[in-house]
Amino acid sequence: MTPGAVTTSAEAAVAEAFRQEWGKIVASLIRMTGNWDLAEECAQDAFAAALAKWGSDGVPDRPGAWLTTTARNRALDRLRRSKTEALKLQEVAVLSVPEEPAAWGDSGVSDDRLRLMFTCCHPALTLEARVALTLRTLAGLTTAEIARAFLVPEATMAKRLTRAKHKIRDAGIPYRVPPAHLLPERTTGVLAVLYLLFNEGYSASAGGDLMRPDLTGEAIRLGRLLAVLMPDEPEATGLVALMLLQDARSAARLDGNGELVSLEDQDRARWDAAKIAEGITLLEAALRRQRAGPYQLQAAIAACHAEAPRAGDTDWAQIALLYGELRKFVPSPVIDLNRAVAVAMAEGPEAGLALVDELAADGGLSSYYLLPATRADLLRRLNRRPEAVECYRTALKLAPTEPERRYLAKRLAEVSG
Amino acid sequence: MRYMLLMCGDEAAPHDGPLPAAEGDEAEPCWMPWAREMQARGVLLVEGSQLQPVSTATTVRNSGDEVLVADGPFAETKEQILGYDVIECADLDEAIYAASRHPVALAGGVVEVRPVLASV
Repeated sequence: MTPGAVTTSAEAAVAEAFRQEWGKIVASLIRMTGNWDLAEECAQDAFAAALAKWGSDGVPDRPGAWLTTTARNRALDRLRRSKTEALKLQEVAVLSVPEEPAAWGDSGVSDDRLRLMFTCCHPALTLEARVALTLRTLAGLTTAEIARAFLVPEATMAKRLTRAKHKIRDAGIPYRVPPAHLLPERTTGVLAVLYLLFNEGYSASAGGDLMRPDLTGEAIRLGRLLAVLMPDEPEATGLVALMLLQDARSAARLDGNGELVSLEDQDRARWDAAKIAEGITLLEAALRRQRAGPYQLQAAIAACHAEAPRAGDTDWAQIALLYGELRKFVPSPVIDLNRAVAVAMAEGPEAGLALVDELAADGGLSSYYLLPATRADLLRRLNRRPEAVECYRTALKLAPTEPERRYLAKRLAEVSG
Repeated sequence: MRYMLLMCGDEAAPHDGPLPAAEGDEAEPCWMPWAREMQARGVLLVEGSQLQPVSTATTVRNSGDEVLVADGPFAETKEQILGYDVIECADLDEAIYAASRHPVALAGGVVEVRPVLASV
C-alpha cells in the first residue's frame, strides 16, 4: 500500500468514527464531568489525535474505545492542570465514575446518548436552542454549519448554544432519561425536535448552499438511534418510517426549474424504492405494538401514497380513515382539510365539499390559503365555475409564496377561460 | 439546588388572585396539601408567603443623593407577583413539578421558576 493510500484510509476511518462515535463520546464525557464545553473540546481533541496518529500507527481495532479513552484522558489532564477548586472536584468525580453506570433508574434505558438527547430537548430550553444543541452535541455539526443551516450569523448561533449550555448548568436541568411519569411527554418533545430538524432540511428551497449540512440525513440518523435506544416506543420507530417515506420522494419533488411538483404529478419511478421498503417495514413493526400515535399515522398515510404505482391507484378511502384517526391525536383544522381532500378523492367532490364548507363555517382557517384553494378545486370539478373563480381569487390573495401564486393563477385562468 | 418560585397572576381575576384565607380556626390553608405533598417528595420548603396586593407596593430607586419613592410595583403589567416560595430540591424537573402543583398554578396563575445564585 502506498503512504498516500494509508493516509486516505486513516482519514476515512476517522470520518467514519466521527459519524459513529462523536455523540457517544460527548455524551459520556458530559456524564463524567458535567461540563458541556469541556466534553466537546476533549472529543474534538481526540479526533484530532486520531487524524494525527492513525495514519502512521494504523487504525486501532476498536476505534470507538481508542477515541473514548483518549478523550477521557484529555479531560482528566485538563481538569488536573486547572487551578480552580471547582474543576479539581470534577476530576475526582471523573475518576470515580464508571465507564457506564450500573443502575439506570426507573426508565430502564442505559445509553448516554439518550440522556443527552433528552437533556438537549428539555422543554425549559427554547425550541431553537433544542435543535441547535442536538445538532452540535449529538450529531457533531460545527457551530458554523448549524448557523448556515438556519441562516443566522455564526456569532448568533454560538451565543444561542452558549446560552443553552449555561441554562442547563445554572438552572439545574438534569442529565438523564426522564423517570417513567415524565417519559411520555418528554419523548414527544424529542420526537418533535427530530421531525422539525427533518422538515428544516426537507422544506428548504431548491438549489441552496452546497455547504448546507444534510439536515434530513441527520434527522433520520438520530431518529434511528432513538428508535434503537427506545425499542418500546412505537412512535420513535413510526417517526423514522415517516421520515424515510417522505425522504424517498425527495428526488421527484422538484422539477428541472426547481419548482415544486405536486404528489399527484411526481415521476414515481424516481422515488427511492429502498427507503420506501425500509419505511414500510419499520412502520409495520411499529403498528404491531398496537399503540398508534401521530407519527405512525402520518407514516401510514405516507405509505398509502408510496405503495400506489400510479397516482390513480392511491387508496384514498384508507387515507381519509387515517386522517380521521390522526385528528384524535392532533386536533387541527389543517388535518380536517386534508381529510376532506381524501374524502373528495374517495367518494367524489360533493362529499369533500360538504366537509370543506363545514370547516369554512368554523372559521378556524379563515386566513389559510389552502382552504379556498381546495374549495375552488372541488367546485371546478363539480363544474361550478363562477364559484370556483371566486375561490381561486380569494386563495390568490392569501397565498404566501410566489410558486403557490403562480400555480393558483394558472388554475384561475383555466376556469375563467 | 435552591429555587425561588414566583407566583404570578392577575389579582383582579376571579380565580387568579390572592388565595382566600382559610375560614374558621380548624380549616387548613389552601397551600397545606401542597406543602405536605412536597415534603413527602423530599422537596424542602425553605420559606414562602403570599404577598399583600399590588396596591400596597412601593418602588424605591436612587437618583444622585435623592431617594425616589413611588407608589406601585416596578412594572405596571396585568400580571403581578402574588407570592413566592423558596424551595430546595434535586433539579429543575423537581422544581417544575413543585411549581405545577402549587395552588396558584392550579388556579390558573403562572409560576416563574428561578434558580437562586448561591445555594446555601
